[in-house]
Amino acid sequence: MSLSVHIQHQLGAFQLDAQFEANAGVTAIFGRSGAGKTTLINAVAGLLKPDAGHVRLGTRTLFDAHSFVPAHKRNMGYVFQDARLFPHLTVGQNLDYAARFRPKPRAANHRREIIELMGLEKLLTRAPIDLSGGEKQRVALGRALLSRPEVLLMDEPLAALDSTRKDTILPYLERIKAQTDAPPILYVSHALDEIARLADHIVVLQNGASVLNGPIFDVLSDPDAVPLLGVRQAGAVMMAQVEEHRAQGLSLLKVSAGMLSLPGVHAPVGSTVRLRILAQDVILSRTRPEGLSTANILPVTVRGIKTGIGPGAAIGLQAGTDKLIARIPAPAVQSLQLATGQDCYALINATSVAPASIGR
Amino acid sequence: MTGLDAASWDALRLSLLVSSVATLCALPLALWVAWVLARARFRGKAVLSALVHLPLVLPPVVTGYLLLLGFGRNGPIGELLYSMFGVTLAFQWTGAVLAAVIMGFPLMVRAMRLAIEAVDPKLEDAARTLGAPPLAVFATVTLPLIAPGILAGSVMGFAKALGEFGATITFVANIPGQTQTLPSAIYAFLQVPGGEGRAVALVLWACVIAFVAVALSEWLGQKVAQRIKGGQNA
Repeated sequence: MSLSVHIQHQLGAFQLDAQFEANAGVTAIFGRSGAGKTTLINAVAGLLKPDAGHVRLGTRTLFDAHSFVPAHKRNMGYVFQDARLFPHLTVGQNLDYAARFRPKPRAANHRREIIELMGLEKLLTRAPIDLSGGEKQRVALGRALLSRPEVLLMDEPLAALDSTRKDTILPYLERIKAQTDAPPILYVSHALDEIARLADHIVVLQNGASVLNGPIFDVLSDPDAVPLLGVRQAGAVMMAQVEEHRAQGLSLLKVSAGMLSLPGVHAPVGSTVRLRILAQDVILSRTRPEGLSTANILPVTVRGIKTGIGPGAAIGLQAGTDKLIARIPAPAVQSLQLATGQDCYALINATSVAPASIGR
Repeated sequence: MTGLDAASWDALRLSLLVSSVATLCALPLALWVAWVLARARFRGKAVLSALVHLPLVLPPVVTGYLLLLGFGRNGPIGELLYSMFGVTLAFQWTGAVLAAVIMGFPLMVRAMRLAIEAVDPKLEDAARTLGAPPLAVFATVTLPLIAPGILAGSVMGFAKALGEFGATITFVANIPGQTQTLPSAIYAFLQVPGGEGRAVALVLWACVIAFVAVALSEWLGQKVAQRIKGGQNA
């Protein structure tokens, strides 16, 4: 089911004018705070009536110049940053809340599946006040899923959690995504590492406007997108297959352009994982280097060069069927005589890939 | 055992009746006004708030006299009520109910308004995204969260009605068996030489009722605080 969104809304001096399409999978809405992310997603949910535009889900119009379907009739699940569990209800009652209004067939089975998926078996009789932040967010996810939404909206669901908790919740989000009947998911975030792990598609918001829109592998490896995404957060995502777990906690992974040896990979042998390789962790060399401490060397071709963003230059690279991005000192572009179409070698520091950047 | 004679019993019974009826009548209206003051944005909100709180600052005798002017048999509203429904309020127990409603109203509104303001509207948004229509959001989320506040407000209103004297005696006088409430009875007993004994018995009863009411409202106030705290941590 395809979601088509165009929202125009004036909030004081702030003007939101964003449009995008979202299909199956996870569509991330990325932007700094104040970019209009929450206003946009609230308009999609029907919690806010925008000045103009449209929201269409499949063939159904939820909002346009002539109609506005209120939130309770939209059948969209919404997971908020602050879980917003009902404090006077137990976890189980929170989970069953939507069933009061949207009774569905096969509900008992579905309930059991979701409770298992989110690991909530032991929490059902607890009160929300007795839950940890991570547990609350898992309940909120389960509650939204149990409403059988046609679209699942998430507004910074991990932002209120510390990094340890984040790492425990991310696998649950990956589980939701991997379900065969998973609805399209809109994932609002300002954290590129989360987006790199989860999203298939990314919409970049800047000052209320949707300025960039495309598949995650393309956008995150696009040198021209670096100023929008932030120099420090810039980094491409590549797919890798786990070949072998070796001593010292290193694992051998196969990518389209060769092999990588990385630490912190816990996925079983044979499974496919996502790797987020930060631009600042990629070093370029014109010749195949010898006698280095890292064995992670991939032959690459320069796809594009972006200079003029501080002291660095962003280099888009093609590595087999994967795309990479490197950030190198601007003068190196000259000294290495880099140009589009140039073949060279990318060195990736093995220890620089954080476990949190490796997702299924 | 209770130390009360027939007239005292009548006064106590009448007071409890007037207070109960007044609280029940005021409850829905107070809740609505509290809701409007807490959530709605409109011009003249300050005027409405001032009007509601007026009986709290006016001398009760003044309020009673204004009621007499308005709701007396010759007053504009009193005349209308009599000609249309044959209802008389002045010098009737129903008039005592009206006086109690007016005097207790600001206290009830205040407690309920605080409870409503403490409810995070974001919880109501969450309920809407889960498919709850507006009335169901109120019934399943807002109402349970403000219920202790409603109860606390009602207890305050009841207690105020029980103690109401100035407006009541001015509007409906002090007729034993008809409009003589507990405070009016105490006042009347104290006007008669040797009436102190009867007065003291009623005073003790008034103390007990007042203590129970305050303790109850205190306990309920703590409950509302607990609930809302749970909400904010969620």
